[in-house]
Amino acid sequence: MKAVSDTARLPLDSSARRGVLAYLVATIAIFVLMMIFGLLMRAAQAQAFGLDTGLFYQIMTVHGIGTVGAAGLGGAMICWYFLRHYVVLSTAVLVLNLGLFVTGVVLILGGAFLGEFAGGWNFLYPLPAMSQGAWSNGAAAAFLLGLLLIGSGFLVFYLDMARAILGKYGSFSRALGWPQLFGTSDAPPPPAAVVAATVIFTMNIPGILVGATILVLNLVSLYAPEYRIDALMAKNMTYFFGHVFMNGTIYQCLIAVFEIMPRHTGRPWKINKWFLGGWTASGLMVILVYPQHLLMDFVMPEWMLIVGQVVSWVHGLPVLLISVFGTLANVHRSGIRWNMTSGLLFFAMLGWAAGVFPGVADATIIVNQVMHNTQWVPGHFHTYFLLSLVSMLFGFGYHLMMDMHGDKASLIDRVGFWLFTLGGFGFILAFLAGGAAGVPRRYAVHLAEWLVYDRAGTIFAAMSVTAALVFMVRFLRNLNKGVSS
Amino acid sequence: MQDIAWKVSIFQILFMVIVFIVIYAKSHIVAPVDGLAQEKTRRSLFIVLIAMGIPLAFHTLADLPYAVPDRTGGPVQVVEAVGRQWEWTLSRNTFRVGETVEFRVTSADVNHGFGIYDGSMRVVAQTQAMPDYVNTLRHKFQTPGKYTILCLEYCGLAHHAMSAEFEVRP
Repeated sequence: MKAVSDTARLPLDSSARRGVLAYLVATIAIFVLMMIFGLLMRAAQAQAFGLDTGLFYQIMTVHGIGTVGAAGLGGAMICWYFLRHYVVLSTAVLVLNLGLFVTGVVLILGGAFLGEFAGGWNFLYPLPAMSQGAWSNGAAAAFLLGLLLIGSGFLVFYLDMARAILGKYGSFSRALGWPQLFGTSDAPPPPAAVVAATVIFTMNIPGILVGATILVLNLVSLYAPEYRIDALMAKNMTYFFGHVFMNGTIYQCLIAVFEIMPRHTGRPWKINKWFLGGWTASGLMVILVYPQHLLMDFVMPEWMLIVGQVVSWVHGLPVLLISVFGTLANVHRSGIRWNMTSGLLFFAMLGWAAGVFPGVADATIIVNQVMHNTQWVPGHFHTYFLLSLVSMLFGFGYHLMMDMHGDKASLIDRVGFWLFTLGGFGFILAFLAGGAAGVPRRYAVHLAEWLVYDRAGTIFAAMSVTAALVFMVRFLRNLNKGVSS
Repeated sequence: MQDIAWKVSIFQILFMVIVFIVIYAKSHIVAPVDGLAQEKTRRSLFIVLIAMGIPLAFHTLADLPYAVPDRTGGPVQVVEAVGRQWEWTLSRNTFRVGETVEFRVTSADVNHGFGIYDGSMRVVAQTQAMPDYVNTLRHKFQTPGKYTILCLEYCGLAHHAMSAEFEVRP
């Protein structure tokens, strides 16, 4: 079966275009700010300047939740923008989600920088309520409420996506292309964006509901300390939510690769059985794999931890064989039109491919026992998120703000591209090397023997931040041109 | 273990970079898609990855650290280890090379990470310290010297300062 997605496209009205533009500005602005925060933390660890440890952990908390939130917002933007061409999505819900997001951000920033909340983005119970006086219950509540508001916005967003897709395709199985996968239909399969979005809302709706539940339980425990949550259950819920949500963000951004690369190569993205089977399997695996974050919780049922390792390994297969292989096959001997957009999207897939083994290593129990919560962990997930997800977002930004207005890349764009790619690789390698040497993650103060990794990481982080600023300025200068339909 | 993970990761990253450079170099050529060859390559890759993964999975899952009984039958030193913001309390802090030490790790307040570092500040073993739970970590120390416990789960403003030491004697 080699049928390709249908190309019937619904036009974007002006309010939808303005909505997408607002998402792009918010996403890029938050990402750039979070990258600057990241640079500040690496520079402080490298002892380039003195940073109060309390402020370091506040910045760390905001950096964590800010990058998760911006990835969610950017992923939602890409998914909505392309999916809107195939199904009728609500622009009001798009705007509502952004409104709740911004309100949540205000609460989170207030909780962290005014209330001095520094409980980490994953608010691991019972830390929000037990700070030894470092922050008040009010500050923790502001942070948790902000997160709850953001989660609520995303929940409505994914429910609207489910309504639109199921309304058009009639069932999960048809939206996932199962009739074509199992050979019971000769009809063309759904477009890639529809298949991906169906997997995404199917994982994200339960993920966000679990996250909202643990947020509420944490909020209750702030003001009723006698109400105790089982710490292991709380940890399971937190990591289930976090893992599903973060995977969902990168899956949404992948839609940009499926939709945009074919315009540059002149070849449609193949929606074949590999693609359909791979996406269904990926969705299942994202839900099953979260115990990989609990491998050092020895009281967990051992079979769950083994499942965590095995599924993590298997999860690398669709990444390599569907998305990465699909991109390479699409580009190979295609006479592709290279520019900033296609270059960043191609690099994003390299970033994703490069992250497979560091991720697999981290999810291997006997390796995790000497690597867990060292800098190997941020090394592994920054490979996925900085090199891959952020590249996809910037690639989408160039597509929307430059290509669609006919603007060509200039020297400054190309300098930005090389700063971003080389800086990004150097940055993650400094983390991975630090992790291999045993440097703990989330330490405001480092030993002298760890400084070499910090200093290298700082230099490469500065390169990445400079590139991100270049990209942001390029997009902002074209803001008045809006988003083409 | 850390060296293996680092070297294999670097190899895999370099391999992927080379693959992408080769595809980039060939992207300027315009040729029709050879769908059959692509599918054959993909299927071969799938088979190779599965064939490599299955034995490797069995190998890595054969000896898990989850409080396995001491198979050598030697003496076991039991140590109560309690984490609290921001200190560790150990019921013993000297051990002998070759004896199995059983750390019963818990927390009096929030989640902590009980990470054992050797004299060169490499992690040799770890487990989580959780309120209301006891994680049992067994380790046989083969090298004498000073060992340091660092917290490997973010636990608040003095997380980085939460450490303790013990000694392994010859």
